[in-house]
Amino acid sequence: MQFTRNMLRIMKRELASYFESPVAYVFLVVFLMLLGFFTFSVSNYYEAGQADLRGFFFWHPWVYLLLVPAASMRLWAEERKSGTVELLLTLPVTMTQAIVGKFLAAWLFLTIALALTFPVVLTTMYLGNPDMGVVWGGYIGCILLAGTYLSVGMLASALTRNQVISFVLSLIGCLFLVLAGWPPVTRMLTEWAPDWLVTGVASFSVMPHFESIQRGVLDLRDVGYYLSMIVVMLFATHLTIDNRKSS
Amino acid sequence: MLECKNLEKRFGSIHAVRGISFKVEEGEILGFLGPNGAGKSTTMRMITGFIPPNGGTASICGHDILRQPVQAKTCLGYLPENAPVYAEMTVTNFLKFVAGIRGYRGAALTDLVESTIEKCHLQKVRRQMVETLSKGYKQRVCFAQAVLHDPPVLVMDEPTDGLDPNQKHTVRTMIKEMASKKAIIISTHILEEVDAVCSRAIIISDGKVVANGTPAELKAKSPSGRLEDVFRELTIGSEEVLTRAHR
Repeated sequence: MQFTRNMLRIMKRELASYFESPVAYVFLVVFLMLLGFFTFSVSNYYEAGQADLRGFFFWHPWVYLLLVPAASMRLWAEERKSGTVELLLTLPVTMTQAIVGKFLAAWLFLTIALALTFPVVLTTMYLGNPDMGVVWGGYIGCILLAGTYLSVGMLASALTRNQVISFVLSLIGCLFLVLAGWPPVTRMLTEWAPDWLVTGVASFSVMPHFESIQRGVLDLRDVGYYLSMIVVMLFATHLTIDNRKSS
Repeated sequence: MLECKNLEKRFGSIHAVRGISFKVEEGEILGFLGPNGAGKSTTMRMITGFIPPNGGTASICGHDILRQPVQAKTCLGYLPENAPVYAEMTVTNFLKFVAGIRGYRGAALTDLVESTIEKCHLQKVRRQMVETLSKGYKQRVCFAQAVLHDPPVLVMDEPTDGLDPNQKHTVRTMIKEMASKKAIIISTHILEEVDAVCSRAIIISDGKVVANGTPAELKAKSPSGRLEDVFRELTIGSEEVLTRAHR
């Protein structure tokens, strides 16, 4: 009970800190403008003549690639730079509470950003009769994708006290997750690497999982992939912070 | 109330703390003296459970900091070096956050935060963001979070560093007022502080305890009877060796 309570307190503080600085508002405006631009102008939403959100969800892995690292870069880097990490970790909380609390705060923030895209759904419902199962599937897929990127970003943020480095590291980490299964990348690997390595690298890719949830199929294997990525990354964050503060 | 047994810390090839042991009982204010780089902050960080020692341990109110970290931290108030506080929070919200983590809720939490604000003379700035505060106020906010829950053990790393003479006086008076029911450690390199507040002092140099006694006992070690001379005599050797090694 006390475990959850303290975790929620840390989460609440972290979430409030997004909204107490201009970060949240800049983020939300850019996020919504980018998605609107890609959906309506690039994917030709109106010209397509179909009442679905495929053109909208298609862009999420790419928009997140830029924006999720921006939301995660400060999580630990700033605590370490300002020294507040010493304050936080000498309060009667465990490291797990602190990590999970911070992670949930950032995840909730991204979910709020995503929820603000509701006018796109309303527009589609006004224009036609979209399959709501697919729409919900798309949103769940996006939340899970955001969580996975975020966990990578959190690890990057724990690795350095410089927010720019944190941003770049998590961008590269997430880019790897997007591109890992992409044919040009696997082809480059097949030339010299053994097969197991190629399939191993390709299995890290988020794209197949994202696409299958996009089709409205909520397979436990896909959900399992996202959740296990998140758990592994948070565990790595734990080890990293332990290691960093004692050296 | 507080005991360190043989604390050791290595950072790579640097042996920062080499077996420090001491006890602090209720009603005592222990001055923790030493030149810059002698290992004061490292020792305090190990006592408060922020960094794990390479050897030895510390216990707070009978709770081992390595085996029962959360219980030990519950009995502890800690003012880290440079008084880190979350910059984007208001003074009241910051203290509410800490009180929440310390297990207070509802009316008890509000009352506690109110009385702490009054006790630490923070009424004027209570609605201000911490980042807009002067150094003296920031220090007092961090002091406030350390004493908020009336902890039996209080560890303060250079509590008067960077304060003007009036602020120093205020902080010292507050420390002395609380002393009768607590075990307090204050690290400092300002020797006048020892005479002003401490009932006992430890001098460390090069990661080792070189003197331990009441201010009067320490003064008696030098023919001049001045603490400054004792301090120089006991610690200057190590510095000379260090400078020679650096050449």
